[in-house]
Amino acid sequence: MVLRLYVAGQTPKSLAAISNLKKICEKYVSARYRIEVIDLLKNPALARDHQILAIPTLVRQLPVPISKIIGDLSDTERVLVGLDLRPPKNQKATA
Amino acid sequence: MAKKTKRQARRPEGNEPETRELVPLEKARTGISGLDEITSGGLPAGRTTIVCGGTGCGKTMLGIEFLVRGALEFNEPGVLMAFEETPEDIARNVASLGFDIQDLADRKKLYLDYVYVEPSEIQETGEYDLEGLFIRLQNAVEAVGAKRVMLDTVEALFSGFSNPGILRAEFRRLFRWLKDRGLTTVITAERGEGSLTRQGLEEYVSDCVILLDHRVKDQISARRLRVVKYRGTKHGADEYPFLIDERGMSILPLTSLQLKHRVSDERVSSGIADLDEMLEGKGYFRGTSILFSGTAGSGKTTLAASFADATCRKGERCLFIDFEESKDQVLRNMKSVGIDLGQWAEEGLFFHEAWRPTQFGIEMHLLRIHKLIEKVKPQVVIVDPITNLVSGSSDKEVYSMLMRLVDFLKMSGITGVFISLTGAEGQLESSSVGVSSLTDTWILLRDIELDGERNRCLYVLKSRGMAHSNQLREFVMTTEGIRLIPAYIGPGGVLTGSSRVAQEGREKAAAREQQNELRLKQTEINHKRLALQAQIASLQADIETVEQEAERLSRSEQERQEQSDSELINMAKSRSK
Repeated sequence: MVLRLYVAGQTPKSLAAISNLKKICEKYVSARYRIEVIDLLKNPALARDHQILAIPTLVRQLPVPISKIIGDLSDTERVLVGLDLRPPKNQKATA
Repeated sequence: MAKKTKRQARRPEGNEPETRELVPLEKARTGISGLDEITSGGLPAGRTTIVCGGTGCGKTMLGIEFLVRGALEFNEPGVLMAFEETPEDIARNVASLGFDIQDLADRKKLYLDYVYVEPSEIQETGEYDLEGLFIRLQNAVEAVGAKRVMLDTVEALFSGFSNPGILRAEFRRLFRWLKDRGLTTVITAERGEGSLTRQGLEEYVSDCVILLDHRVKDQISARRLRVVKYRGTKHGADEYPFLIDERGMSILPLTSLQLKHRVSDERVSSGIADLDEMLEGKGYFRGTSILFSGTAGSGKTTLAASFADATCRKGERCLFIDFEESKDQVLRNMKSVGIDLGQWAEEGLFFHEAWRPTQFGIEMHLLRIHKLIEKVKPQVVIVDPITNLVSGSSDKEVYSMLMRLVDFLKMSGITGVFISLTGAEGQLESSSVGVSSLTDTWILLRDIELDGERNRCLYVLKSRGMAHSNQLREFVMTTEGIRLIPAYIGPGGVLTGSSRVAQEGREKAAAREQQNELRLKQTEINHKRLALQAQIASLQADIETVEQEAERLSRSEQERQEQSDSELINMAKSRSK
């Protein structure tokens, strides 16, 4: 799984997103995963090229299909839905 | 380039004393025909203007033209952030206007950015903002050094993000961001039901709001523009018709509010010597407007053609706008009265354009006329007729259009001729559109029916600024052109045609009779005089005789007295011896 997180500098939201993402991945992703953090302040052209509007935005590059979620990832359930990850056995199943 | 107008200062004065300065409100010229006039200089510089309206009413067009002209004419590069159509689509749509967007982008005068807004199926997993948008905007503005920005349509963001709180905050941030950088921005928005815009953007941005409207009435489309709000400046508040054609948008402001035209003293011949005579012998004033009205077939077009002929003869250009006949028809008909307009057409002095009044809406007519005038640059414009423009538009709209046209012609110093067809005899002086109040000269053609004949008469109802004739004259079309014969007033009223000839004959006969009688009487009197004179002569002879007699008597008495006196003396002498 390749996950790409777009942030803009070291804002609280961005830092929260990074830390939330790490936690979720550790907890719910069984396969191998890779997190890329792209700072748009350093690389503004990518905002256009990758069509990023909201910050933070998380894009799951692999496996396809690509999926996108926005926000600081504090709502874990929604993150799982968005990334199409199965929750652990003692929680509700998601599509 | 920004254009300044005056306006009261609104900024908070911290360290300045009580004196309040008048800070001019800067404006960014749009270069869009008519818009800068309505807004007294353009859109508010460094601020955001909302252009709202329904689909297909020209919002994007206005924004694009604002950007393109800004880049081309005012040296203000721009950024286009497109949220709905791709720049390629937009480029294609405006290519027909002669705007080559891609070329401008290549030359770094324009930055095109297509923002894809995903439909709001994206999971929102916590706090976020739209910093990505700001980064892109910043990037874009820096790339070309932009002074103008267009966001089309920024409302699309509403469909991508479902958190209204965040959206509102970000909108506020966006417009502040634009203002801080002094970027003159145009955003497009959908018309709302209860509010100006569907999503209520006017909450955040309300320096200037322009509303576009596109109606279809009686199968004819009409576009309107209205400046709903423009803080801090006077602006035309009416609805203005506009068009989009191959050169972009054209808005037609009502210039007649000004009534400030130069006035000429120069006179131009009407082409008919007798008519010039009725107009102080000199003809019309150049640059004025003239109305010919009358019933069908009364000779109005012929009058106009005579004027056209006289104009071209002087080497000036005449534009004839015809809503009834084709060019060939007019040329042929006029030739039959001895007016050869074909020769002037060949010399490039006479221009005839014909189209049906029902083909377009009223604004399109006006615009087409404007464009023709721009192209041909005539000294005289004839519109024949104006009356059938009424179909499909209200009287008021036609009147307003004509008023604009009359004014435009006056401002340009062009002499305008308008032909109006009136219905029955009774309505002659109440022209249906009230145009007569707009024109300086009004010539009426009237038919007179008498003794089985119908003859035309003409009179000058009014002609401002000159002592025109108030005579009714008979209008006769001969093969050498038009003659205006002074009216013949018989005992029954005005006579024309063969009745006139008959009456003239009768009166001549009566005059002759009278003369004969007179001569007879004179002879009689002469005889009498001679007779009396003879009498006087004989009486005088008698007097002479009598006087002679008296004299003889007195002489002989004297002699006798002398004789007796001398005898007495002699006797006395002889006695004294």
